[in-house]
Amino acid sequence: MASKEIETLTQALARLPGLGPRSARRAVLHLVKKRETVLVPLLAALESVSDSLVTCTNCGNVDTVNPCGICADPRRDDRALCVVEDVADLWALDRSRLFPGRYHVLGGRLSALEGVRPEDLTIDSLVARVAGGGVDEVVLAMNATLEGQTTAHFIAERLEEHPVRVTRLAHGLPVGGELDYLDEGTLAQALRARRPVS
Amino acid sequence: MPRLIAPAIVCSVLANGEHGAVARLLTREAGLLAGYVRGGRSRRLKPVLIPGNLVQAEFRARTEEQLAQLTVELEHSRAPLLAEPLASAAIDWTTSLVAAALPEGQRYPELYDALGGVLDAVEAAPAARGWAQALVSFELLLLERIGFGLDLSRCAATDASGDLAYVSPNSGAAVSRAGAVGYEARLLALPAFLTEGGTGDWEAIFAGLALTGHFLARSPVAERRVDVMETRRRLVDRLKRVHATASL
Repeated sequence: MASKEIETLTQALARLPGLGPRSARRAVLHLVKKRETVLVPLLAALESVSDSLVTCTNCGNVDTVNPCGICADPRRDDRALCVVEDVADLWALDRSRLFPGRYHVLGGRLSALEGVRPEDLTIDSLVARVAGGGVDEVVLAMNATLEGQTTAHFIAERLEEHPVRVTRLAHGLPVGGELDYLDEGTLAQALRARRPVS
Repeated sequence: MPRLIAPAIVCSVLANGEHGAVARLLTREAGLLAGYVRGGRSRRLKPVLIPGNLVQAEFRARTEEQLAQLTVELEHSRAPLLAEPLASAAIDWTTSLVAAALPEGQRYPELYDALGGVLDAVEAAPAARGWAQALVSFELLLLERIGFGLDLSRCAATDASGDLAYVSPNSGAAVSRAGAVGYEARLLALPAFLTEGGTGDWEAIFAGLALTGHFLARSPVAERRVDVMETRRRLVDRLKRVHATASL
């Protein structure tokens, strides 16, 4: 029987994505057993992040400094701006290290049934960034869902009056995907976006 | 509804938990139904659960009140249309409208057919001219089915059944040209294609959209916490812009 404090910790961990009550209990047991090598460093890391966590006022990324590491990086290409729905999307894209430009986090996507309107997102600040000049291309990296694409079309319309190239990510066959297992919609997108073999 | 297997149109999908989703589907047999899709946010099921898609759905529930377990198999995907601004706006609006306006578990076979017809028309003619009129008729039918129908059979002022050109913004009753003399500015225009059939021009289509938009805004659809009318405003604005660009 665990104490009240340990039970509270288990319940707090169980609320994290990917963890349920059983796996949270296992994690707590591990922390208790490896107090010096795991629990104390974890506590210090959590405290440090908790004390310094800020949302970048420029792009909406979450970091421990403002402006965030990406916005402050002088090696980044100011002319390319990638728009993503969420911080998780930014981190996923930046992990690949394929995009050399800057980012803009919208903070969600337009959704009638969830009551998310344009003013609930950071679309105005995106338009202001583009209007500020220095941006040649805006990459709309929205999810390939109805809400994601609706948001992409809305932003594309808002950016029409600005002299920037607006592009979006390709849709179609995933790497390692087998045609036999793909749905009709993905196949149609892949066929539509086919390219000549050089 | 302990068990129902039927073709259905996906109208809305909301994330539930880490992997699951609650989807609301319009069926011909049982109207709008909600069901929990296990793994509904998985890589396999996400492309299936896109609003507008036609699926073969299986609902299983122990009691009528219980949220059904739902399994879906893709019959026809309309996902490629999402890349088209107008087509995706039309799908967004029509499916959101159905999900927001209809009560669950009530049969609306005509609305199922009409929604399928509009979506087919959008797919066949992404250029809007081919489906905007069908959209107006669909909205009118939906208004009628949720109890906000317009009386377009005869004039509210003269009782005449011919030459109906206006609708009262308060009662929703048609008014003939003769009956509207002196009040034209206070009435809504009634496009001829809604009473006589045939094809309307863009002016008539926008008049139809203004007419249905007025009564949708007064219906419970607009009073919900979630404002689906915003989606409609975006669609109509886009239609007007496309029409204006085409007429230049």
